[in-house]
Amino acid sequence: MSMSSLNIAQLRAQFPILQQQVNAKPLIYFDNAATTQKPYAVINAITDFYTQCNANVHRGAHHLSNESTTRFEHARDTVACFMHAANRKEIIWTSGTTEGINIVAHGIAKQLRPGDEVLVTQMEHHANLVTWQQACAQSGASLKIAPIDDDGTLNIDAFVALLSTNTKLVAFPHISNALGTINPIKTLTAQAKKVGALVLIDGAQGIAHAKVDVVDIGCDFYVFSAHKLFGPTGIGVLWGKESVLKNWPVWQTGGEMIANVTYETATWGELPNRLEAGTPNIAGAIGLAAAVEWFSQLDLHALQHHEHALLKHATEQAHNFDGLTIVGNAPEKVAVLSFVLQGCHSADIGFLLDQQGIAIRSGDHCAQPLMRRLTLPGTARASFSIYNTIEEVDAFFIALKKVHQMLI
Amino acid sequence: MSLPTRDDIIDDMAFFDDWEQRYQYIIDLGKSISRIDENEKTDENVVKGCQSKVWLISNLDDGILYFKADSDAVIINGLLALVMVVFNNKTPKDILAVDIDEYFKQLDLERHITPSRGNGLKAIVAKIQAIANSYAN
Repeated sequence: MSMSSLNIAQLRAQFPILQQQVNAKPLIYFDNAATTQKPYAVINAITDFYTQCNANVHRGAHHLSNESTTRFEHARDTVACFMHAANRKEIIWTSGTTEGINIVAHGIAKQLRPGDEVLVTQMEHHANLVTWQQACAQSGASLKIAPIDDDGTLNIDAFVALLSTNTKLVAFPHISNALGTINPIKTLTAQAKKVGALVLIDGAQGIAHAKVDVVDIGCDFYVFSAHKLFGPTGIGVLWGKESVLKNWPVWQTGGEMIANVTYETATWGELPNRLEAGTPNIAGAIGLAAAVEWFSQLDLHALQHHEHALLKHATEQAHNFDGLTIVGNAPEKVAVLSFVLQGCHSADIGFLLDQQGIAIRSGDHCAQPLMRRLTLPGTARASFSIYNTIEEVDAFFIALKKVHQMLI
Repeated sequence: MSLPTRDDIIDDMAFFDDWEQRYQYIIDLGKSISRIDENEKTDENVVKGCQSKVWLISNLDDGILYFKADSDAVIINGLLALVMVVFNNKTPKDILAVDIDEYFKQLDLERHITPSRGNGLKAIVAKIQAIANSYAN
């Protein structure tokens, strides 16, 4: 179905899970930064794969294996096209963003020396922090942290000041999961390139909210998870520049990734296989491609406009809510409302909203150092997606009022 | 203020007909358990596996186990009160005989006792049982 503009009712109808009730109330799903719901297009693609052509890929000479391999490799083409990759070999299937970052961190740890530096930001998810922290610990390199301002914006001057010829790799999120801040990824990449550093962008939150053109960005790695892009869990993508990836240290060893094997030795295959050991998540890749195809048919500009309207409405309501403080007020942010309510624990807020059928996230958002930087134990986070409505935002604030009355 | 008995709580909870009354009752119960002093809220006393912070301290006196539990979240405090009703001031043997799953089922609160990250009640119950077990033999 092609949509030049947005019909939210039609969009919602494609998500079976949104039709359900939770605690006898219509589900309001505001935990989209954790995972998005799945449209029929994705669910059907996975069902079709298992009902029509399940077989292992790249192996058997039989009909099913051929069909399975065709769909699986077509999925790689779909994702390559979506990210504007120069070459399909640059698309490596992973289990998700975390594994993608680990493949790069594992490789860089072998190359780092004492005196070398890795630069990340204060707003990292643990996945884009602990990985580099451990790579530095193993190699004797130093981890540098670029600070954020109090509103949740990355301090670009400080970021640039931390770059030097010692900087071997720079990693930052396209969009912050806890605060919604959109980082100026092209600018940051250009600055990092001036000192010759490799650049990895954690695209977990970025992929569903912005156009991603990896060549235009100029980075070396961009990683994301399918499940935050309306696709299945357990599958993600590591995009890497072919010139960088082709000699990248192998990650896991085993079947599929080899060229020649003796009892004593092995040589590695070509990209992308050399970084994809074992039977891949075939159904996952096919489900991801279905998500990408489905998402690509939508009018991205209209989606962004709708999400912005949700955020604007929620932000206005939040400003009028006694005792509520928004956490993350970057001028450039996606539709994430992270907040604290005076005298209320975020776990209690999340729990009592759930009683009213509303799903949000509460806690540290896998960003404990960021919460410490903000001197908060955690926040409650409502994160919106394309299928959410203004009416849901209004219902959320009515429910939140009730929660507030019960807790204070 | 002392806590009601297990039977009182089961009767009270059965009487409520909406979630607000039920959770208001649980929140109010939480206010009636004895707090842990700030200087005893040490890392050592933290129960791991809870989204909110929970502290638990125990003391065995003349064969009876006394517990104090505290949390920075009010619903967890209420749930702690429910737990205290069946575990506090008992012999280790009696503590180990409590069927906590059955109790939460009677309260229609089973979801709080299911294993899931972020839901700390299971971890608290396990810790209480482990303490009781260490004194039981």
